[in-house]
Amino acid sequence: MELPDPSQEILAQKAEVVARLGEILGPDRVISVDEELRAYECDALTAYRCRPLAVILPATTEEVAAALKACAEMGVPVVPRGAGTSLAGGSLPTADSVVLGVSRMNDVLEVDYPNRFIRVQTGMTNLAVTGAVQGEGFFYAPDPSSQLACAIAGNIAMNSGGAHCLKYGVTTNNLMGVTLVTTEGEIVEIGGAHLDAAGYDLLGLICGSEGQLGIVTEATLRILASPEGARPVLMGFDSSETAGACVADIIKSGVIPVAIEFMDRKCIHATEDHAKAGYPLDVEALLIVEVEGSPQEIEEQLAEIKDVAKRHNPMTLRESRSEAESKAIWLGRKSAFGAMGQLGDYICLDGTVPVSTLPEVLRRSEELADSYGLQVANVFHAGDGNLHPLIIHNANKPGDLEKAEALGADLLRLCVDVGGCLTGEHGVGVEKRDLMTHQYKPADLEAQMCVKDVFDPSWILNPAKVFPLAESQDRRA
Amino acid sequence: MTEHLPTTEDELASIVADAAAGTTPLEIVGGGTRRALGRPVQAEATLSTAALTGITLYEPAALTLVVRAGTPLADVEANLAAQGQILPFEPIDHRPLLGSEGAPTIGGMVACAASGPRRIQAGACRDSMIGVRLVDGSGQVIQNGGRVMKNVTGYDLVKLMAGQYGTLGVLTEVSFKVLPGPARTISVVIDGLEDAMAVAAMAEAMGSPFDVSGAAHLNAETVFRVHGMADQAGYRAAQLARRLSQFGATRELEGEASQDLWRRIRDCDVYAGGDGAVWRLSVKPSDAATMVAAIREGLDAEACYDWAGGLIWLRVADQGDAGAQVIRAQTAARGGHATLIRASAATRAAVDVFEPEPTPLARISAGLRAKFDPRGILNPGRMRA
Repeated sequence: MELPDPSQEILAQKAEVVARLGEILGPDRVISVDEELRAYECDALTAYRCRPLAVILPATTEEVAAALKACAEMGVPVVPRGAGTSLAGGSLPTADSVVLGVSRMNDVLEVDYPNRFIRVQTGMTNLAVTGAVQGEGFFYAPDPSSQLACAIAGNIAMNSGGAHCLKYGVTTNNLMGVTLVTTEGEIVEIGGAHLDAAGYDLLGLICGSEGQLGIVTEATLRILASPEGARPVLMGFDSSETAGACVADIIKSGVIPVAIEFMDRKCIHATEDHAKAGYPLDVEALLIVEVEGSPQEIEEQLAEIKDVAKRHNPMTLRESRSEAESKAIWLGRKSAFGAMGQLGDYICLDGTVPVSTLPEVLRRSEELADSYGLQVANVFHAGDGNLHPLIIHNANKPGDLEKAEALGADLLRLCVDVGGCLTGEHGVGVEKRDLMTHQYKPADLEAQMCVKDVFDPSWILNPAKVFPLAESQDRRA
Repeated sequence: MTEHLPTTEDELASIVADAAAGTTPLEIVGGGTRRALGRPVQAEATLSTAALTGITLYEPAALTLVVRAGTPLADVEANLAAQGQILPFEPIDHRPLLGSEGAPTIGGMVACAASGPRRIQAGACRDSMIGVRLVDGSGQVIQNGGRVMKNVTGYDLVKLMAGQYGTLGVLTEVSFKVLPGPARTISVVIDGLEDAMAVAAMAEAMGSPFDVSGAAHLNAETVFRVHGMADQAGYRAAQLARRLSQFGATRELEGEASQDLWRRIRDCDVYAGGDGAVWRLSVKPSDAATMVAAIREGLDAEACYDWAGGLIWLRVADQGDAGAQVIRAQTAARGGHATLIRASAATRAAVDVFEPEPTPLARISAGLRAKFDPRGILNPGRMRA
């Protein structure tokens, strides 16, 4: 993976840059010692590392604005960082950049139950947002699997999803407003407690822009009344095709479950070895389907879902009858990634495909993996077609990582070729940057880069991400 | 006046490219039913998408619909209904309010971000959009998003296309995430509440776990909508009535009476026909009654409420600035924004139809317009003078 050559001029000015940022923020908010910078040299995509020039940890929107203004004046690139949980290298530094971390900005600013929103500083973690309102019977719907650690800032930058987005949508559908600091250091309010945009939908543009259009320091988030209860049902089938057809028929029946999770044979076995969740080992594919509501509502929905499932001759059809059984069913799913770690190192992909192509994509993934001599296991959100193939490899074996990455790129191209996309919820970052031309024509990328021109004319925010370097070269120069 | 009616996207793109070369302003129309929204456009030609029709992909099991921009909304809804599915955001039909004729199209609906009562539960038009194809002001065909509901590949230009009133691009195709329609819908009504109490009751309902899909207050009726499978809807209606008992006695409506009521709420039927300018305010729901009371101190205004108070419809006299100054003093003080939906062309030319933006946002909006339509030929003046 290529990063642009760092500016020697900026590298030479490190002392001045650090001094000026220290004047603005106080010296204890600026990290510039090599040893301490190490913690910021990568995010959760640990294969790629680069130590930044410095790290700053402002505590207020005004401090972010002053720091950004100074960086813009000095021409220093800025890499925004939430909690550093990106799997796409979304906050990978460049050597000549200042990392702007929002980790000190984690206050709740306002909770408004009658209007159903919470306003927070964006360093707050996803789960802490729900934690702040669950006492009153509310929750924040987007639930990325890293929700214990990941920050709202990163959720907004990547438009994060989660297991429950079939019913509740992703971050962009639950974001009502932001305080955005522009690259010039201006503070701008977009959206708020009202429901729709005045003028162009800039909020929609900001969400998912990977920290390249501005830095979001505060956010107004939709909170929802918690459902009265939830219950999963476990189904096992003799083939992925049958499981896929069952998913389609459930959705066609008119019931929208809150989650439909899919695991293939490899994943079921690894998980069962690891977590002992009681999963059936004789099936090729397993579905966990969960519905919400009062006990009566749950009964009515599950009856419909079981009727549909029975038409597909399930080898296992097990409805949870208690809190403990529900926990056991989810335990396996939630430990799946940990369990896969027992099989070796893995790369976690994130393509989305049209639901109707799932069986074909799973079959072709297996063929591709065989051609590379690698193993792929699948656990994913089936209702929305967002795949997470895990490519098992041995990072200590020379060439194995490269082989796994090449297979990953082939699998993502396959997702695009069947009508899907490169990334469903992780973001492009640096990881999928060079595949963008497979999904988008030059004019499509040009339109997106034009948007960047408007918000960040000198292209200093989160450099070397999203757009292939060759395509963005003239603008970055 | 020249009227362009291209039958393919390529043909449309070359018409726009020619117009850009000659700096010929174009008025973009679909079915023409929302043409009186925004400021009057000074154009030398019209460009209609009405001949770009057809559903290009519909997969009920994937909740995915891809449709060309000129397709009549009624055709789309009929196709969805045949599979028991709906456009989740319940798009408003502007014909009653604007007194317009014709068949609303998908492109016009999206360009005007037409959402209705279900917006508070299922999201707005933009929330259901998952992909677009458009022709920008240079005649370039641009695609963004696609046909899958989870997609974070690159910047999201899809939502930017909702509510741009044809000033950033001419839509040629839109993809949607659709939803199953409810098996059963019940309206719960409380009579005789004052505005402030109605707003409080609507907040109580929206904070309940009963998935309320509509909350409106008009003509001294406060109306709540629940939905679901047969027993589920009944359960929700009963639970909601119990929860709202502190506000007054409730009655239920179902079937045609309920459907007709929500159609009238959706289309702001109460101000259809007749005289007067009509404003649409988007505000923090709990501010609604207070803002209306404050506006009435400076202005004769009738008001009704949707989106649990988050959407206020105001009817005022269509004279002078149609109350713009009084109304916008409130949005300036409390947040939100006001859009002049219906007024004479003279009023709409003289008044800011859309809420003026603060300087940095105005600069960003103007910057986007300059990038997507460098010659300023797409619906010039529609949104800003």
